[in-house]
Amino acid sequence: MAEPSKAQTSDRKSLLIWILVLLSVLVLAQWQSSLPDLKSYPAAWTLPATDWLNTGMDWVVGAFKPVFRALSAVMEYPLFWVSGFLGWLPWSVGTVIAVIIGYRAGAWPLAAFTGGSILYILLMGLWPDTMNSLALVAVSVPLAVLLGFGLGVAGYYSPRVERFLTPVMDITQTVPAFAYLLPILILFGFGPVVGLIAGIIFAFPPMVKNTIIGLRDVPSDIIESGLMSGATKGQLFFLVRARAGLRQILLGVNQTTMAALNMIIVASIIGGSEDIGWRVLSTLRKAEFGESLVAGIVIALMAMVLDRITYGLATRAPDMSPQQGFFGRHQFGLTVMGAAALTYLAALGLPDLQTWPDDWTVDPAGGLNFGIEVFVLWAKPVLDSVKNFIIFTLVLPLKIGLVNVVGPYTWGFTATVWHAVGYAALVAAGSGLAFWRGRRGQAITIVSFGLIMFFGLTNLTWPGASLLLIWFGFRSGGARLAFWTLAALVFILSTGSYDKAILSVQLCGLAVAASFLIGTGLGIAAAQSDPFSRILRPINDTLQTMPVFVLLIPVIMIFKIGEFSALLAIIAYAVVAPIRYTEYGLRNVSKDVIEAATSMGATRSQLLWRVKVPLAMPNIMLGLNQAIMFGISMLVVTALVGTDELGQIIYIGLSKGNFGIGFVAGMAMAVIALLADQYCRAWQKRIDAKLKGARP
Amino acid sequence: MPGPVKLSCRNLWKVYGPDPARFFVGTNDAPDALAQKMRTGGHMPAAIDVGFDVHVGETFVIMGLSGSGKSTVVRCLSRLIEPDHGQVLLDGQDLLAKSDRELIEIRRHKMGMVFQNFGLLPHLNVIENISFPLRLQGLSAEKQRARAAHVIELVGLTGREHSYPSQLSGGQQQRVGIARSLAVEPELWLLDEPFSALDPLIRRQMQDEFLRIQRVLKKSIVFITHDFLEALRIADRMAIMRDGRIVQIGTPEELILNPVDDYVAQFTGEVPRIKILRAHQCVVAMPGRPDGLPQVAPDDRIEGLLPKLAASPAGLDVLGPSGVYLGTVTAASLVETLGRAESAHPSQVAHG
Repeated sequence: MAEPSKAQTSDRKSLLIWILVLLSVLVLAQWQSSLPDLKSYPAAWTLPATDWLNTGMDWVVGAFKPVFRALSAVMEYPLFWVSGFLGWLPWSVGTVIAVIIGYRAGAWPLAAFTGGSILYILLMGLWPDTMNSLALVAVSVPLAVLLGFGLGVAGYYSPRVERFLTPVMDITQTVPAFAYLLPILILFGFGPVVGLIAGIIFAFPPMVKNTIIGLRDVPSDIIESGLMSGATKGQLFFLVRARAGLRQILLGVNQTTMAALNMIIVASIIGGSEDIGWRVLSTLRKAEFGESLVAGIVIALMAMVLDRITYGLATRAPDMSPQQGFFGRHQFGLTVMGAAALTYLAALGLPDLQTWPDDWTVDPAGGLNFGIEVFVLWAKPVLDSVKNFIIFTLVLPLKIGLVNVVGPYTWGFTATVWHAVGYAALVAAGSGLAFWRGRRGQAITIVSFGLIMFFGLTNLTWPGASLLLIWFGFRSGGARLAFWTLAALVFILSTGSYDKAILSVQLCGLAVAASFLIGTGLGIAAAQSDPFSRILRPINDTLQTMPVFVLLIPVIMIFKIGEFSALLAIIAYAVVAPIRYTEYGLRNVSKDVIEAATSMGATRSQLLWRVKVPLAMPNIMLGLNQAIMFGISMLVVTALVGTDELGQIIYIGLSKGNFGIGFVAGMAMAVIALLADQYCRAWQKRIDAKLKGARP
Repeated sequence: MPGPVKLSCRNLWKVYGPDPARFFVGTNDAPDALAQKMRTGGHMPAAIDVGFDVHVGETFVIMGLSGSGKSTVVRCLSRLIEPDHGQVLLDGQDLLAKSDRELIEIRRHKMGMVFQNFGLLPHLNVIENISFPLRLQGLSAEKQRARAAHVIELVGLTGREHSYPSQLSGGQQQRVGIARSLAVEPELWLLDEPFSALDPLIRRQMQDEFLRIQRVLKKSIVFITHDFLEALRIADRMAIMRDGRIVQIGTPEELILNPVDDYVAQFTGEVPRIKILRAHQCVVAMPGRPDGLPQVAPDDRIEGLLPKLAASPAGLDVLGPSGVYLGTVTAASLVETLGRAESAHPSQVAHG
């Protein structure tokens, strides 16, 4: 009997601390006006990290510039040749090659899709821009694959190398893309090489991970049979281990290709290359939405074709029919070469087959612009009221608090003390009810959110927010997580990033919460209904393979520049992960458990809510974790549509060439991402422990 | 009578843990005491002082339940796992002293191994899988094809040469595994639970197939199994392992008639004695017997004698190799021997 009473006292103690923490947050928020140093972290206490970084960077540039520039020149060499070749290649030959490869990777459907996509590109007259982007992909992917494969092999053989690689890869993928464009720009100089190098850095980690998994997961029977066949070390690696793990390794190539394409498109923000990403960006900036939509679709098609082809080639079953002789063995290569040669000969005679004639192109941009304008005008009343409703009830209160938002213009009445008292009573009642029903966590959550929505995140004061976060970290993941929270806060505060960071958290938090709710709901629906799942799957695939830029286009077209558009774009990008993980989790609940519950007489909805959802919780949480990561990476891109947070700072740093500013903001964002990841993991651990039965 | 020794395994130890070597320095402990010392010292002895000989042309079976160390032992024999102590002599040469290079040569020419989960390369078809060891040796394509065709015929896979492992049933996949291990024409054939992953009916069929192949090839074999009945069908001699130690070595009959302890008796108890006992084990000397009794060989199983005994109630004469009279089997002697053998049954052992 001693155990529960001990647990009870510790419970009581933690509840007391919760009340104290929330009370101090309330007090600090209420009386911040008398102490201005509370609201924003005093500038005098910040470290001049920006200056140090700039000085450091100047030194690095001064000392190593020739090295980097030489490297840049070396990299430019293959790029020059590849883009020269692709520029010279007659469109007809390129199309024939692409369609045959598409057939090889996915039979007629993929061949047709490839052909159709190319036809669209040609009709829009965007063939040259597409080839310029493809050249960057064609050079960066093999380099990233080689680098990733080499590091993966090293990581496979040496656990020490793997331990070193894991955090490095986590950082290259969490530091926002824009943030490392800048140092690359400074070191390697202006030009397409920046996109190339950024693409390689961003794209090699999936290759490393898949290589390690592929090499490690080869069944021991296969390795032992290779050894007993008398394989030498080299034979064992190349003929047995790497060959048996090849499918996984090729999946790495697929992921690397997609990451590289995504980065290359983002990198076109630097300009200087006549590629398709630049076409989208420049037209977007000029508010030529029709033009940017037309080019954006090219990016989306290019991404989908590259994804399906590399995925198809990776997972292709070996030829089951016996192939004999030189021609049988090299059938595919010979077909491609033969068809390309024939088409080239034809193109020599027919110039229209070399360069797509201008009078074969169409320009729907004008019509599109007109259509969009008509639509927006027509739908304006509805769209505006939706937009305003969400901004006034969610976006703004979360940012500056209901106390500052509620007014005649926004809510239709002036806030009085009695409104505040009523709000407080409502929160207290909700939390009291939850407490009475024994749901302590829920009660605390209601009070916390009540507080935050009343004052707004920006008015929580930095000591108050820190206190809340550190205690929350302690409750979620013990002293370790409390410490990491403190470390992250110290970094953010001392670099003077706090004010912008809070805005990032506000925008991203709202978007992630929305995508988690929507995504989980859709995921549940998809798990319950096969037809719905079939409809959802291609939409998910498209959203996820699409380079992030493209998502901005339709949002801006309809809602114009602003925070609301950013919100929608982030939701669209982050919603896929929760859908997928929820559906996967629900569909993979053990059959035995479902049969047992059914035989006990569970209804369909009981089965879902009482059995499947609780058991799928670890996967649903994984979806939340991924949604946060996707949300943060999209956040930076939305700086383009005019947000006011860390992403914007990175963007400003990039456009002004101020390395320090951009880098500090980028690091702050990575710190937020890594911390959010830690919180998710902590919760996940608790859920896992609950499912597996907590041990005494 | 057994031929010369092909493989000899002496005092073999495999110990998992941070520093197994220190336990073998200057120790005079008995194996069990030493193993106990290792366990208390945070080590896990997986094979403890294992020793046995395999003669030329003999099928030696190691039988044990999971975790008994049998797979560890067979891997130590081919050095897929490095033993920590002891000797493995193949044709009198210590395998543990061989360099990597020499070991590869031995694996290429003298050893073949079959695995529980087949260990086939998924991207190669049947003929490519089978000729894979030959390809590693750098043999010419023609030689590869000729040898592969030979073993494919031997295991009855003719016609499936161009199928991929994923297109084959488990039994067929293991035929490929067997063919691959035989393609190098090994002298020592190691089989690690080759039929355990197969359905019971297929397993039985594959055991027959294995016996047929062995009658033709007469390899020296170490065969691992957890299935006692499989061991009985296949073994010339067998060892029973438990917790890393060999509990008993002998022919199947010896084990059944004289199990050293309750553990072995638990396995042997389930076996119908009538399938195991042979004529020479139930003879009595019968000086005044009538002439002209039917004659049987000493190695005939008594199961097969029953109808003959029914036809000749007076008894059956058992004659040795050169016609020497060994004794007579009568209904009474048979029943008595069976009764004696049954008393080794675990339930009776347990009652004392």
